[in-house]
Amino acid sequence: MTTAPGNRHPSQDANGLFARFIAATEIDTRLLGMIGALVLIWLGFQFYGEIVKGDGFFLTPRNLWNLSVQMCSIGVMATGMVLVIVTRNIDLSVGSMLGFIGMLMGLLQVEWLPPHLGLGHPAIWIITVIVGLCLGALMGTLNGLLIAFLEIPSFIVTLGGLMFWRGGAFLLANGRTISPVDSTFALIGGGPYGAIGSTGSWVIGLVACAAVIFGLVAGRANRRKHDFPQRPVWAEVVLAVLGCGLIIGAVLVVDAYPWPKGIVAKYIADNGLTVDPATLFIAHGFAYPVLILTTVAILMTILMTKTRFGRYVFAIGGNPEAAALSGINVKWMTVKIFALMGTLAGLSAVISSARLTSATNALGQTDELYVIAAAVIGGTSLAGGVGTIYGAVLGALVMESLRTGMVLIGFDTAIQSMVVGGVLVVAVYLDIVYRKRIK
Amino acid sequence: MDKGTPLVEMRDISIAFGGIKAVDHVTVDLYPGEVVGLLGHNGAGKSTLIKCLSGAYRADSGQILINGQPVEIANPRDAREHNIETIYQTLALADNLTAAQNLFLGRELVNARGFLDESAMEAETRKIMGRLNPNFRKFNVPVSALSGGQRQSVAIARAVYFNAKILIMDEPTAALGPHETQMVAELIQELKTQGLGIFLIEHDIHSVMKLCDRASVMKNGQLVGTVKVDEVTDEDILGMIILGKKPAKAA
Ligand SMILES: Nc1ncnc2c1ncn2[C@@H]1O[C@H](COP(=O)(O)OP(=O)(O)OP(=O)(O)O)[C@@H](O)[C@H]1O
Ligand SMILES: [Mg+2]
Repeated sequence: MTTAPGNRHPSQDANGLFARFIAATEIDTRLLGMIGALVLIWLGFQFYGEIVKGDGFFLTPRNLWNLSVQMCSIGVMATGMVLVIVTRNIDLSVGSMLGFIGMLMGLLQVEWLPPHLGLGHPAIWIITVIVGLCLGALMGTLNGLLIAFLEIPSFIVTLGGLMFWRGGAFLLANGRTISPVDSTFALIGGGPYGAIGSTGSWVIGLVACAAVIFGLVAGRANRRKHDFPQRPVWAEVVLAVLGCGLIIGAVLVVDAYPWPKGIVAKYIADNGLTVDPATLFIAHGFAYPVLILTTVAILMTILMTKTRFGRYVFAIGGNPEAAALSGINVKWMTVKIFALMGTLAGLSAVISSARLTSATNALGQTDELYVIAAAVIGGTSLAGGVGTIYGAVLGALVMESLRTGMVLIGFDTAIQSMVVGGVLVVAVYLDIVYRKRIK
Repeated sequence: MDKGTPLVEMRDISIAFGGIKAVDHVTVDLYPGEVVGLLGHNGAGKSTLIKCLSGAYRADSGQILINGQPVEIANPRDAREHNIETIYQTLALADNLTAAQNLFLGRELVNARGFLDESAMEAETRKIMGRLNPNFRKFNVPVSALSGGQRQSVAIARAVYFNAKILIMDEPTAALGPHETQMVAELIQELKTQGLGIFLIEHDIHSVMKLCDRASVMKNGQLVGTVKVDEVTDEDILGMIILGKKPAKAA
């Protein structure tokens, strides 16, 4: 605000109003930018469908539900990539780690465990998931040790990992596709049975709304206690309405997507009901992987903003030397961060192989690029020190929207990869422009 | 002239980087309530010497004694445990964090559940900054948005906040205006009367004459000598710095 209040141009007033709204609600302008981009992409695909194909396929409950499931694998890994990039490192090996872990879990549950435990034994999926997560942690720890203690640049270590684990995945099963995975395990990937249904979704939605309101009230009370400046009440109300509105909107969307007729008929037969399958509407509700991603995102946000660990991650990114002089063990932090990244790659391996109900050689291929793109589009600075978890999750949604949208309108993979590559470069450029402007 | 056991004794410290002897068999000491100036030309080895005390470097040889007891200072954490606080020449701030986050870096306040207590940290930072730099208002921005002097006052606040017994100040007023420099001078006097021992690295000879009790001069990594400031003139000290000669009367 450099102009005096008396001689303002009307357009400046409008500008001022928006600026005041942003200042009062403390909404991150970059978050608004990302939501803007997302809306553009969604509307773009929708109109393309309506005009060219005569059918707006994008903004349908069915597509949005699928989108929510498909973004989970990338989204989970993107939350970890934020920590890696914030500390001025990179992990190019996540896609291959995912592939290797997915293949090993496939063999474990399809070929190695059933002869001992019996097919469909309830312990199979549990053992498989635990092994997958632990293997991811180990692989990540190996990355971290090489980077921190042998001081090999992370770019090289994980580029090596990208090739090594992809080759390893092939060797594990000699290129075979392993399927079908354990039926309980498959639920983790979503699908009609891998979702919590209408009632569950409403319960979760209302609990989330309550949490949003509680968070705003508690934050306000805390600021008052310490005599810190408060947001105006109207801004708090706007935030509460926006937050709850988004949550309830999501519940309405996932509850508007019914089970396919075939599954409904089978469900009726299995439960000995006497309803007409054509009239029975069973909603999907939130899919399990979406709940997993949400949980991961919440835990990672707490880790990054409320714990010493998260503070040290940012400090290392801002100034590694200052962090070390403050008594932070930068090397062990690096190992822990890569171990966490590996664990999340393990979790993503669970989600994506469960979704495919098989482990293939291509599992996770080029995922590293989507994950890095998601983190960067979400505002994680490659210069280090800056990044948010919610940004990375939104970034994953943007990337996945592009991918599914292009598949739906029939772009072939060559064009898809050109678009994704272009988007990545443009996103980093916009990030640079944005950072220069706020300085 | 016996003042009892020194608070800090650095005995025969040497450290080399590659072939360069940055610090070459240097011995300095510091008593409670005393300010010892460390002087010397650029690259003389002053910062390197005190970094052995603050835990940033490990000396190749030599011994560090605190209150007469030999101690191992292997990392900055060890130094902090001996109540040694340091203001580094480079300030050592994480640019992307706020003043409060920098002040408590490595020693965050946490609440009962083990989560960071941001508001308590900010409140404490407001208190100490109110004392050191009452004009400071920028509590909610990263320190990259601060001026050089404001950054310096954050670094000073961090060293002073945690009740140091031994304070190392490496050119603490390099970026400060005259008023702020005066405030740091007063702060040093005040801390001195509280019984802290302070190593002060400073190029301005008048500040040294005014603030320090003794001055140790280094040249090319070696100690030229240590003099009592009120027994020598500023020319004597300049002679030590430039020519590396100890004044005759203090020998
Ligand atoms: N990390 C390092 N690696 C290699 N050489 C170093 C390192 N740190 C210091 N040196 C060298 O050691 C010598 C002493 O440096 P030091 O920083 O201690 O000087 P100083 O007395 O503090 O100088 P100034 O007044 O400029 O701050 C210099 O020759 C410097 O180049
Ligand atoms: Mg120096």
